[in-house]
Amino acid sequence: MKKVYINSVCAITPQKTFDNTQFLEELIEYDANVINVVNPVYKDFIPPAAARRMAKGIKMGVVASKLALKESGLENVDAIITGTGMGCVRDSEKFVSAIIDNDEQFLTPTAFIQSTHNTVGGQIALELGCKGYNFTYVHSGISFESALLDAKMQLELDEAKAILVGGVDELGDHTVAIHKLVNHIKSENINSNALLESKTQGCVFGEGAGFFVLKNEKQESSYAEVVALNTYNTLDEESVNEEAIRFLEENNIEASSIDAIILGNNGDVNFDGYYNKLTSKTFKDIQQIYYKHISGEFNTASSFGLWLGARIIKSQILPEAVKLNITETSKFKTILLYNQYRGKNHSFTILKQC
Amino acid sequence: MDALKLELKENIIEQLNLEDMTADDIANDDILFGDGLGLDSIDALELIVMLDKNYGIKLADPKEGRAIFESIDTMAAYIAENRSK
Amino acid sequence: MSKGVAITGMGIISAIGNNVAENYQSLIDGKKGITRVEKIDTIHKDVIMVGEIDITNEAFEKKLGLAKDNNYSRTAFLGAVAAKQAIADAGITNINKYKTGLISATSVGGMDRTETHYYNYLTEAEPRKYIDGHHAGDSSQKIAEQLGIEKSLVTTISTACSSAANAIMFGARLIKSGQLDRVVVGGTDCMSKFTINGFKTLMILSDTYNTPFDENRKGLNLGEAAAFLVLESDAVVKAENKTVLAYVKGYANANDAHHQTASSDHGDGATLAMEKALKVAGLEPKDIDYINAHGTATGNNDLSEGRAIIRVFGDNVPDFSSTKAYTGHTLAAAGGIEAVYSVLALQNNIIYPNLNFKTQMKEFNITPQLTLKEKHLDVIMSNSFGFGGNCSTVIFSKEA
Repeated sequence: MKKVYINSVCAITPQKTFDNTQFLEELIEYDANVINVVNPVYKDFIPPAAARRMAKGIKMGVVASKLALKESGLENVDAIITGTGMGCVRDSEKFVSAIIDNDEQFLTPTAFIQSTHNTVGGQIALELGCKGYNFTYVHSGISFESALLDAKMQLELDEAKAILVGGVDELGDHTVAIHKLVNHIKSENINSNALLESKTQGCVFGEGAGFFVLKNEKQESSYAEVVALNTYNTLDEESVNEEAIRFLEENNIEASSIDAIILGNNGDVNFDGYYNKLTSKTFKDIQQIYYKHISGEFNTASSFGLWLGARIIKSQILPEAVKLNITETSKFKTILLYNQYRGKNHSFTILKQC
Repeated sequence: MDALKLELKENIIEQLNLEDMTADDIANDDILFGDGLGLDSIDALELIVMLDKNYGIKLADPKEGRAIFESIDTMAAYIAENRSK
Repeated sequence: MSKGVAITGMGIISAIGNNVAENYQSLIDGKKGITRVEKIDTIHKDVIMVGEIDITNEAFEKKLGLAKDNNYSRTAFLGAVAAKQAIADAGITNINKYKTGLISATSVGGMDRTETHYYNYLTEAEPRKYIDGHHAGDSSQKIAEQLGIEKSLVTTISTACSSAANAIMFGARLIKSGQLDRVVVGGTDCMSKFTINGFKTLMILSDTYNTPFDENRKGLNLGEAAAFLVLESDAVVKAENKTVLAYVKGYANANDAHHQTASSDHGDGATLAMEKALKVAGLEPKDIDYINAHGTATGNNDLSEGRAIIRVFGDNVPDFSSTKAYTGHTLAAAGGIEAVYSVLALQNNIIYPNLNFKTQMKEFNITPQLTLKEKHLDVIMSNSFGFGGNCSTVIFSKEA
């Protein structure tokens, strides 16, 4: 079986992360319960004729994929695999409201077409002229991990040599409004730095895109090896720590060899307990890292977690802003990632220096 | 007729999201699809809805649109002849 | 030659039957499930026809024994019913005895509830339970719960109308690579105003019965359905002494990279998908005994697919037909229900007729199979194509 490497990365998030010459040195501090991405200049990457019908999610996905491809030094890939929890939700909102408001009359196709979940993956294929395998996973908090798993399997078996993998989700007004009503979004604004002290229900919603070129050959620019990945539809809080250990054992990794753990804490008092189980037991004394206070929560936010892990391993730099505890750790060889959303759809990922 | 043509240009720019264009950029005899303005089959469907909504003209078959949407001139002529509002 | 992945159970609910046996009976009787729309209040009801399932949401609720405060979408109801049948058919009583996953597919997800309550959410508390049921993964989570799948790989694929074919493909690869011992694969999509109006804007809905591969075809009829297969590893088949219904022998996905919704004129993506699937199966075009075509009866699909079939098979195009005239186009579920139909065809050595065909298409000279045909079948190819240029082919075989 071949090994799988992350050879390039690009993240568009509510921070200025799409420029890889920077690494979270300048942060935008938010006092909000919904945060939008820092937009790259989309026109620099997408011809106007193609851009005019593109939803924001498509633009984010296309630009992130172009930047990731550029960094990898490739013109094209063998496969494009994306994950999205909600797809281009603004267009879905637009089409549903138009159906209701106009009593099913005078509807136009563009919003409907862009509501199709694989529209981002399809548009990237169109932009690149990529006729290869093109899949889209749509499973809440593991949408991105499903795509990553698929890519990893193909690369390990050498069914493909280079795969573009990405996660993307955009914010929509109606979606935000109704998620506030059911307390999935915090009712109060919260400062980025105080997210985990909030002790209230719900989280801060964000949006973004994280794209990666994965190959089964190491190159000079490679960031890290994706050693293992598991997803779970259910997992109870009491067994998270046990499952983490089992997962490491399955992959012949000692818990003591983990240098850092990247956690998906989003400040929801009802569900951060899952993370606390890990940070209070086996991973109590190692470097703990979090990121949703600067990216917000979205179904594919964990793609930003992977971006963070890959960049830490390659640069051996741990940005101040993402430290959850203070340790003396200076070497980052093996990093474990754990994420879940609302107590469901859990994932463990292991990254290793290569 | 000129007013109708200007109206059409403005509506096309807005409806089809031709961001960087103004009505002056579209000549009455410019070819709208393919190599001309670059419109495609999805735009044709958008224009069919525009005919229905603004002028009360219903096209049952998208193929009928090809000749009608050739240019602003052909569109205006067809609308002038067939409009019910 | 690569070895196939065993299919040990299947379940289905569609406009032509509430289980596998009923579906098969309708297929051989030539009985269509296409009617005027009854369950959805749409202004288009007199100008479209659909393949609806004649069971109300309330009846599904009762059948599944759900509490009144459940937040199931119709997509989840259909999926749960079909997946449970598949598990029963495979004789599985202890689901977690082996490492079991679920790969489901949907395009509509909980849109039926969303479009009903969209503005009500803002003012009424009661319907808000459906907010969490909107996203596409929710129906899969519920199906997994219904099957008792825990702490395992459960995910959802949404690549428009090729979704379930892709779920079968991913599931087969998970078995082959040893990630799972057993996986339930398929798709589910209910009827919705959203899809009715969406396809209406594309002007590809027929106002009468859909007529695949007919010169005068007017477009598709939407349908609702769910279908699931149980795939098991050789080790499980051996240990449990399982009866194998058929094998997933080959598969491939390719992209047309041509247009957001339409297929390329000469079916580049479709051609690639069929060729790659044959390669994965280690088979030649001559080995295919029957093609269950995508055949949606839109002007664009049938021409593009027909041309692609000719590109792959040359002068020796095997018998082919589309079963969309029976069920309507069931979107993300289509690849699942046509997988079940393919397995039934293999089991019974039967080719289904391509209903409603009258006039030969003028662009080529291949004609679908028009009557029920008995023929020894060893290998069947099933095509599913979707928006975003998504083209999938799955090959089913009698022998591993």
